[in-house]
Amino acid sequence: MTRLGCALALLLVGIAARAAEPGAVQTPSIFAPVSAPSEAIADYAALVIGICGAIFAVVVALIVVAMVRFRARADDDGREPPQVYASNQIELAWTVLPILIVFVLGLVTARTILALQKDERPEGWLEVTAIGHQWWWEFHYPEYDITTANELHIPLSQAEARRPTFLNLQSQDVIHSFWVPQLSGKTDVVPNRTNHMWMEPTQPGLYVGQCAEYCGTQHANMLLRVVVETRDEFERWVERQQRPAVADASLADERALFERTACINCHQVRGTLADGRFGPDLTHLMSRATLGSGVALNNRANLIDWIAHPDHLKPGARMPAMQLSPAQVERVADYLVSLE
Amino acid sequence: MAAIDGPAPGVAERARSRGWTETLHDWVATVDHKKLGLLYIGAGIVFFLIGGLEAAAMRWQLAFPDNDALAPDTFNRLFTMHGTTMVFLVGMPIITGFGNYLIPLMIGARDMAFPRLNAWGFWMFAFGGLLLYFSYFGSTGLYGAGSAPDVGWFAYAPLAGKAFSRGNATDYWILGILISGFGSLSGAINMIATAFTMRCKGMTLGRMPLLVWMMVVVSFLILIAMPPLTAAQVMLLFDRFLGARFFDTQAGGDAVLWQHFFWFFGHPEVYILMIPGFAYVSEIIPVFSRKVIFGYAAMVAATVAIGFLSFGVWAHHMFAVGMGKGLNIWFGAITMVVAVPTGIKLFNWIATLYGGKIRFRVPMLFCSAFLMQFLLAGLTGIMLASVPFDWQLSDSYFVVAHFHYVLIGGLLFTIFAAVYYWFPKMTGLMLSETLGRWHFWLFLLGFHLTFTTMHVQGLLGMPRRIYTYPADRGWEIWNLVSSLGVVFQAAGVVCFIAAIALAFRRRVPAGDDPWDAWTLEWSTSSPPPAYNFAERPEVRSRRPLWDQKHPDDPDWKYE
Repeated sequence: MTRLGCALALLLVGIAARAAEPGAVQTPSIFAPVSAPSEAIADYAALVIGICGAIFAVVVALIVVAMVRFRARADDDGREPPQVYASNQIELAWTVLPILIVFVLGLVTARTILALQKDERPEGWLEVTAIGHQWWWEFHYPEYDITTANELHIPLSQAEARRPTFLNLQSQDVIHSFWVPQLSGKTDVVPNRTNHMWMEPTQPGLYVGQCAEYCGTQHANMLLRVVVETRDEFERWVERQQRPAVADASLADERALFERTACINCHQVRGTLADGRFGPDLTHLMSRATLGSGVALNNRANLIDWIAHPDHLKPGARMPAMQLSPAQVERVADYLVSLE
Repeated sequence: MAAIDGPAPGVAERARSRGWTETLHDWVATVDHKKLGLLYIGAGIVFFLIGGLEAAAMRWQLAFPDNDALAPDTFNRLFTMHGTTMVFLVGMPIITGFGNYLIPLMIGARDMAFPRLNAWGFWMFAFGGLLLYFSYFGSTGLYGAGSAPDVGWFAYAPLAGKAFSRGNATDYWILGILISGFGSLSGAINMIATAFTMRCKGMTLGRMPLLVWMMVVVSFLILIAMPPLTAAQVMLLFDRFLGARFFDTQAGGDAVLWQHFFWFFGHPEVYILMIPGFAYVSEIIPVFSRKVIFGYAAMVAATVAIGFLSFGVWAHHMFAVGMGKGLNIWFGAITMVVAVPTGIKLFNWIATLYGGKIRFRVPMLFCSAFLMQFLLAGLTGIMLASVPFDWQLSDSYFVVAHFHYVLIGGLLFTIFAAVYYWFPKMTGLMLSETLGRWHFWLFLLGFHLTFTTMHVQGLLGMPRRIYTYPADRGWEIWNLVSSLGVVFQAAGVVCFIAAIALAFRRRVPAGDDPWDAWTLEWSTSSPPPAYNFAERPEVRSRRPLWDQKHPDDPDWKYE
């Protein structure tokens, strides 16, 4: 069955692969798993598809044979065929056989559920709290006291030094769902609850996913990027995120302008007056590749567009246009692009 | 058994000379189960065309990545209205309509048990549907916010609460469904009472046609499943207007509670829609195979079993909400058990084909496609019941493919079969076989282009209900093919409408029994007179017309 899984995976990945162009993201196929839980699910899925495929083939063959063999012929004599009313033996046979299949499938399912929904956590696990907002993601790393948004960085887990990531999922507003198919199945993000899920990636890379529960206007652009890094790269990223915001003396005026706008009611830049919590933390804004939860690349031009008209890139986004003059927008953007 | 040749002399002439106001009055004020049945089916077809246009608009938006043909809110309204329309304003009225039309005829009765309740139910349904669509104009209300509802057809809390859904759009969704629900409830009460008290002489429960049996089971499901939805909707209204906090998570309410209420209704609802499809197939396949249904008792038992099981599986829509292991295992296992009685039905239909002389007329073509499509729908259902697999598939396009396989590949194909099969009885006119075949093949091609591909989008990680997607995900070609399928489906539906229109122009008389069938509705004239049977029939078996046509070899000797 694993072989069948591999074949399916190759097929689906192959079909979708415009693979490995630099900068292009991988198709988030559930049959291209790179993490312990998603690998277990892909193997199990291949088994289920195999069983269902076999049943499909047999029953379709029965239907087709019956239809071809017993079609009315042109030279039909017009007499009715023999009338067969029922047979208890036959009914019993096609009741018991499916029960047996369902029983086996049920046991395999129970075993897989128990293996994946586990409570014990190995030594060295990483805790991340993910908070869903309309329409972006907030990530806290309690161990390191850092906060970031939309792009989750997690370490590689190796056989000799396991480091799985366990997520606490919470919502600020409505129900969302955290889904990065190559890393794990999805888990809903429900207000007033903390749900849990885990990932144990075995290959470094960038993996994409997105919110999978309809959550309002911009549900489609509540995208997720997960960067899986080697232990060293991850530690370096953490160290950089822990630093206070860059305070470039040559941009003091720009920073002062930023601190006078209403931006700071919602956004935080650690070490400045900006301590809002409603929108994404901007302390290390430029360490992120995208803006608006993945809706556009994070560069100065898009940033200016985004600040001036959030509705342009992401209609319905919760961030209001602050009615700044074009010159002010440029200067705020100058300050923001300094936040490496 | 008395065959009636037509209305009493003079009636037809008088009818022809009457003005349109009188005809209109006739239809509006009617309490005749046949007219009400046709009204239900007709209204369902009108809403079907509207819901289909909504779907076509969505597929236009999704044909290309980063498309901006539709604004996000417009798209979100479209999928909300499409889902709500197809379930509550297309599926429900059409199955109620066929039930209404056929049950009294099949059990040899002159009308439903409660004709006035029947009329009331139809008009409640009709006004509920109009109210829902009025939201496009009316729901802006005093708030200046909103248009049609955009919370999805299952209106999850807290998104449907006051904080996240301003204006009155969601209130129109609540009230429209709630009111049209009265139609379904009164219809269910009526069908149960009719089947239990109005059967003709000799028709024991064990001799009721399978269609009647299945509609009785469906009616019980409606009676049990609708009230929880109505209750939840009233609670949501309390939340929105009276400051209650049932689903308001910002004040300690519970978002998951709504899901339990909704799916306790929602999953039986799937069977409420699907079992009538089984019912049509169980009548049509035997007639076109020229054989008695194989395993009548097993079919009835399997239907009742599905009915019971349908109330124990609702949380399989919620495997991703973070339930414990025990609940996940339980709901996964019970859901798989549903495959057993469903399999029994499928095998019985195949056994009915086996040894027959199958005539592939248009109704039978639709039933043939149904068998294979419903098989695949059932098997993808097993995949979705496989909890860990569902953690990947839930809320993806795979689910969209699955339930469209159930509701189109299963239900809609059987509805088309039923229309082609009973249209001659309802109007006295034959539908064009040629146009019917065009309809079938075009729709079949379009259906598979659109929905078979959607399985792949789901496996490739595309979630449902997104109004756009980036160009780099590898989903482009699949979405384009899905959208192309719409063209063929639309062409098929055009043939369908044309076939109906043409039937009324060409007026090819059908005769009382064009398919050489065996149930009582074919013993009266086409269309039947207002009183159905001049003399109430008396039956000795499940196939009274078989007995009549084969006096040397009647069914009652073997049943």
